[in-house]
Formats: sequence, structure tokens, C-alpha cells
Amino acid sequence: MALSLGFHIVFSCIGMVMPFFMAVAHYMWLRTDKAVYKNVTKAWSKGVAIFFATGAVSGTVLSFELGLLWPEFMKHAGPIFGMPFSLEGTAFFIEAIALGFFLYGWDRFNKWFHWFTGVIVGVSGLASGILVVAANAWMNSPAGFNFVDGKYLNIDPIKAMFNDAWFSQALHMTIAAFVATGFAVAGIHALMILKGKNVLFHTRSFQIAAIFGCAAALVQPFSGDISAKDVAKRQPAKLAAMEAHFHTEKSASLIVGGIPDEENKRVNYALKLPGFLSFLAHGDFESEVKGLDQIPAENHPPVAITHYAFQIMVGMGTAMMLISALYFMALWKKKKWLESEWLLKLFVAATPLGFIAVEAGWTVTEVGRQPWIINGIMRTADAVTPMPGIAYSFYLFTAVYVSLACVVIFMLYRQIKMVGKLYDKPQL
Amino acid sequence: MLYVVITFLWTSILLYLLLGGADYGAGIIELFTSGKNKEVTRKTLYSAIGPIWEANHMWLIIAIVILFVGFPVIYSTMSVNLHIPLTIMLLGIIARGTAFTFRHYDAVVDDMQHIYNTIFAISSFVTPFFLGIIAGSAVSGHIDPNADTFLSAYIFSWLHWFAVAVGLFTVSICGFLASVYLIGEADDDQSRLRFAHKAQFFNIAAVICGILVFIAAYLENVPLMEWVFGNWVGRIAIISATLSLIWMWYLLYQGKIKLLRVLAGFQVTMILLTTTYRHFPNIVILKGGGYLSLMEHAGQEKTMQSLGLALLIGSVFILPALFYLIYSFQKNPLKYNEPH
Repeated sequence: MALSLGFHIVFSCIGMVMPFFMAVAHYMWLRTDKAVYKNVTKAWSKGVAIFFATGAVSGTVLSFELGLLWPEFMKHAGPIFGMPFSLEGTAFFIEAIALGFFLYGWDRFNKWFHWFTGVIVGVSGLASGILVVAANAWMNSPAGFNFVDGKYLNIDPIKAMFNDAWFSQALHMTIAAFVATGFAVAGIHALMILKGKNVLFHTRSFQIAAIFGCAAALVQPFSGDISAKDVAKRQPAKLAAMEAHFHTEKSASLIVGGIPDEENKRVNYALKLPGFLSFLAHGDFESEVKGLDQIPAENHPPVAITHYAFQIMVGMGTAMMLISALYFMALWKKKKWLESEWLLKLFVAATPLGFIAVEAGWTVTEVGRQPWIINGIMRTADAVTPMPGIAYSFYLFTAVYVSLACVVIFMLYRQIKMVGKLYDKPQL
Repeated sequence: MLYVVITFLWTSILLYLLLGGADYGAGIIELFTSGKNKEVTRKTLYSAIGPIWEANHMWLIIAIVILFVGFPVIYSTMSVNLHIPLTIMLLGIIARGTAFTFRHYDAVVDDMQHIYNTIFAISSFVTPFFLGIIAGSAVSGHIDPNADTFLSAYIFSWLHWFAVAVGLFTVSICGFLASVYLIGEADDDQSRLRFAHKAQFFNIAAVICGILVFIAAYLENVPLMEWVFGNWVGRIAIISATLSLIWMWYLLYQGKIKLLRVLAGFQVTMILLTTTYRHFPNIVILKGGGYLSLMEHAGQEKTMQSLGLALLIGSVFILPALFYLIYSFQKNPLKYNEPH
């Protein structure tokens, strides 16, 4: 399940964001009439089709897997947090219809209608993403029901959907999707520019992706801050694990890096910034931050994994933010940086950073919630299917997803290889 | 609101059977087409389902979402006891969806095409077969909530003659729907004739499999005869389906494409109606006579209200867009080599 989601998250991010890149390129083509933009649009639309198909099947599988693996969880949670899922079904359906119009509608419809269907693909994809994250947020911040003697009473799906965490999580995830996809796409095109192939084509593609990715990377820390304050309020155990913060203290220090030692409750070799954790969590350098010592041991999440994942996420985010700052500086002040190789090389190096950060962030939110599947209500161990031999099912899906990922990479490789022949033909 | 939700559930199952079924059927036809005609079939198939195939499969997602939001006990019982066939069906869905997309979007055309085609055709057969097994098992009374061994809980819940027969029946219905549909999509008389032959072939197959279902039901003590013929709705549906079938055979070579499609759709609708009407609202029948009812296992009132509302709002957006999509590509069909 974790693996399916880890895989699905990459696909949905790309499937959510690529249509926007595509729509921008398409708009540029309709406005400027420059063939290169049309070529970029078409090449990207192939990518979108591949990712949508894989995202759609992996999404279908997930909707079944929820029940196949966590029947006990779904039995109780389904009616409560089902609202975003039923709306998501609608959004997904609209996306499929719009994609049918867009992919097959070249030269058939009014060109602005055709462009508009491409935008709808992006908007409905984004809506699906936000809705699914709202459902996940409910697991972190259960709402919309009363839990009395093991029974779920007074269910209110609307309240469940607009739980306390939905906004901060959805905002953070949406921006993250733009950062990750922007950097991944920009990195690949930067590599092709460095190789000297179809330079104009790749330069235009690079610009669109890089501007989106970099703008999002610069905004992301602010949404991260909202999330951190939110987590501090609702899930102190998660925050404590993220920070490997073992002891409750006032003006708590922010721990950067280091190796948490869970037995002796300390962090070795870490850089400590006094007071900063209090500031991040509550906006005040003096305030008290709850440590793991205030939480019963049986409710502790795995500290090391959560801490490392959080460090990785923040590290990657910071690196991308710095690159973004350089890129915007280049755009505004130092035009000649744009032609230099080192900037492109930086982008190539940063290709996977965004998705590493997304996976790490997802690890933080999921592992950090353990041992709960519904925070404070139901334990993960109680939710799993009673079927013996479930491990085999798990291995099977793992194998399927790994091979699917390989095939998609193979497909993209072939798409890129053929750019010179299919999309950016030499003028005769 | 409960009835609104149930109507949506039934309708999305029906539409999935009709549209998704025709979609699977197209792959099944490919599997049953010999060498040199394969390429033509493939092209017809592409121009027929290319733009709408993703949408066809959304109906399954809608149905499953309705089940897990509105009827979680039914959903979780099915996913525990039918874990294995559901998993195989999912593998089929993955393989088929990706193979279909990849064979059109792979930038390099080489031997890989052969692999995609094989995967596509085989998974087009396997997926509806297991869908049929799942549907058959749900009503067969083989799901045992008190099972204590692995075999009786997770294997014999679905591995029995009745479910297998329903699986084969589903496959032949898919093939039948697709061939009737493709008659209208073919470019030349020769292909039209070929699809008409295929329609006859799958029709006969469906009748044979249908008889097998009844025999298996008799062997496994599933009161199918009583469900189908024990009430007026069932009798009328079966009689009208049979009459329309005769009419359809008469029309098959006369090129009345729209009427043919309507009749084929009508027959399948009648089959679904008969098989679900009698034991409504029980959609899962357990071993020992227990059952899971849509009425008794519905979620709390507010859940059903918001689910019904979400579905109604959704259909306001979805249906017009979907009709316009189908309409535009029917009016002006896609050419295989059209730029896209």
C-alpha cells in the first residue's frame, strides 16, 4: 500500500501539473504562431497521455486496495471521509473526458475551445489532488463524527472533508507538485540543451517548466511554515518525531541533521539552533514545545525515520529554493547567466530533488502519524485485512509497480529520443 | 436519497457493463481475429474507442466509490473474501490500460508493439472474466463469513462452477457488444461483414455460456431459475430480450447500425435487470442463507445525503460533457493516421 501510494504520488503530481505547462505552451503557440510552441505542446501532450493512463490505473487500483488491505479501516472510515472521494470521482471523470477532447481534438474544434479543454484537464487534475489530500488530512485530523464507546456516531461528511488539516496539507502538496514536476521537467530539458540537441525546442520547454518550478519553490517555505504550526497544534507526537525532540522544553532548539538515539533519548552529531523550534512551532522563541516524553511510549511514531525524512525534505527544498533564487536573478539582472553552462548543469543535478522531497514529505506525514491510521482513534494494526498471506499480495503489487515505473521511464526515454524526428523536424 | 444512490450504483454498473464491456470486447475480438485481419481490426478499434476509452472505465471507479462510501460493510466483506479475484482483475486493468496507451504513444515503432498487442488482447479477456467471477460469487452463496480455513474463506468463495460460468458469459457478452458496436465503425463492407460474423459468433457463444450458467447454478444449488422466471419482471425481460435478439439477427446484414446498437444494449440491460431484480436489495448472498442488503447496510443518513448530492452535482458536469465528446467523434470519426 505504502509503495502503491509512493508510486501514485509521483504520477499524480506529474499528471496534475504537466497539463498546465502544456496549456502555457499551447497558449504561446496560439498567440505567437511560432511552430516551436506547437511542437512543445504536442510532445508534452504525449507525456500527459502516458502519465494519465498510468495514473488512472494506479488510482483505480488504489481505490480497491484500500479495501483489499484495510477493510476494517474502510468499513468505519469510508462513510465519514468518503465525501472527497466521491467528488474526486467526478473530477477524475471530467479529466478523462477533457483529455479525450484535447488529445484527439487537434484541428477538429475551435482552437480556443481545444485550448480550454487542455486547461480543464489541469484544473480537474488539481481538484482531484486536493480532494485526495483532504481525505488524507482527515486521517491526521479526524473530524465530522463522535467517537463513543468504539462507535462512530453523528457522521457529518462535509465537516470531515473540511477538517482542520485539509487546507495546510493541500496547499503544501499542491505547491510541492509544481516544484517537483517543474524541476524534473526542467532538468531533463536542460540536459538535452547541454547535449546540443534541438536547442530551441528544449530551451522553450525548459523556460516554461523552470519558471513554474522555481516560483513554486520560492513560495513553498511559507506553506511549510503554516503546516509546521498546524502539526505542532494537532499532532505534537509527529512534530516531536520530525525534530527528534525527546524532552519537553521552553525555547526549544531546532535540530538539524544528527543521528537520533532512541534508547538514550538524544540526538548525536546534530547542529542545534536554540529557540528556533519554539519559533517555528508557535511563532515565539520562548514558548514550550511538547517532547516525546509527554506522549505514552506506545503512541510514539518511529523517530529516526520521521526525523531523517523531514531533514531530507527540508534539505532538498532549501537546495531548490537557492537554485530558484539564482534563476530569477539570472532572468532579471544577469541575462548572460542564462547562456552559461553552470546554471543548466545545476538544473540537471536538481532533476530528482523535487520528487525525493515529495516522497520524504509523504513519509513524514504517514510514518509520523503511526501507530495510528486514524489519528488517536484507530491503530494501523487493527485495520489490516485478516487474510493470511497478505504479504504475497503486497509483493505482487510491488513487482507490478516497479515494472510499471520501469516501462514508463522507458517510454519517456523513447519520447525524448525521438524529439528530433517527431516534434522538432528540421526545416526543409 | 438512498434510492438516488442505489440508482446511481445500478446505472454505473450497467454503463460499465455496456461501455466498458464493449471496450473489453474490442480486445477480445482482437484475440479471436486471425493474422492478416488483425491490423484492420486494430485500426477500427482505435478510431472507435481512442477518445473515450478512459471515460468508459470511470464507471467502475464511480461504482466502487459508491460502494465504499455508502455501503462500507458490503465493500469490506467483498474485498476480504474475494481478495484474490479482485487482485487478478486489477492486474488485468493495469496491464490493459497501459498496453493500450503505450501502443499508441510509444514514439518508436518496433517489436515492442507486438508485446503491447499481446498484453492488450490477453488482459482484455482476463479482466471481464474475473469481473464475471466476482459478480457470480457475490450472489452464489459461497461467501462464508464463518469460514475457518484459508481455502474455504478465500478460495472456494469464488472458485466454483457457477462463478466460472458467469465469467465466461461476461466475456462473450463483451465480445458481442463490441462486434455489434464495431459494425458501425468499420470503413468498408468487407470489415462490416467480418464484424457481423463476429457478432453472430459471440452471440452463439453467449447463449451457450448462458446455458452453462444455468447448469452450473443447478449443480451448485443457486436458485437462478427462480430468480429469472419466478417473477413477472424477469419473465417479461427475458421474453423481450429474446424477441429483440431475433429481430436483431434479421437486421444484422441490413446496415441499420443505430437500431442494432440499441437492441444489443437493450438485451444486456434486460439481462442485468433480471439477475438483479429478484434478490434486490441484497447484493451479496452469504453461505447459509444470510445476505448483505443495500437497505440494511447503508451508511448513516448524512453520509447518504452528501453522497447522493455529490453524485447529482457530478452528473450535471459529467453527462453533458460526455455526450458532447461521444457526439463529436461519432459525427466526424477519427482517422487512424490523423495527427494527434
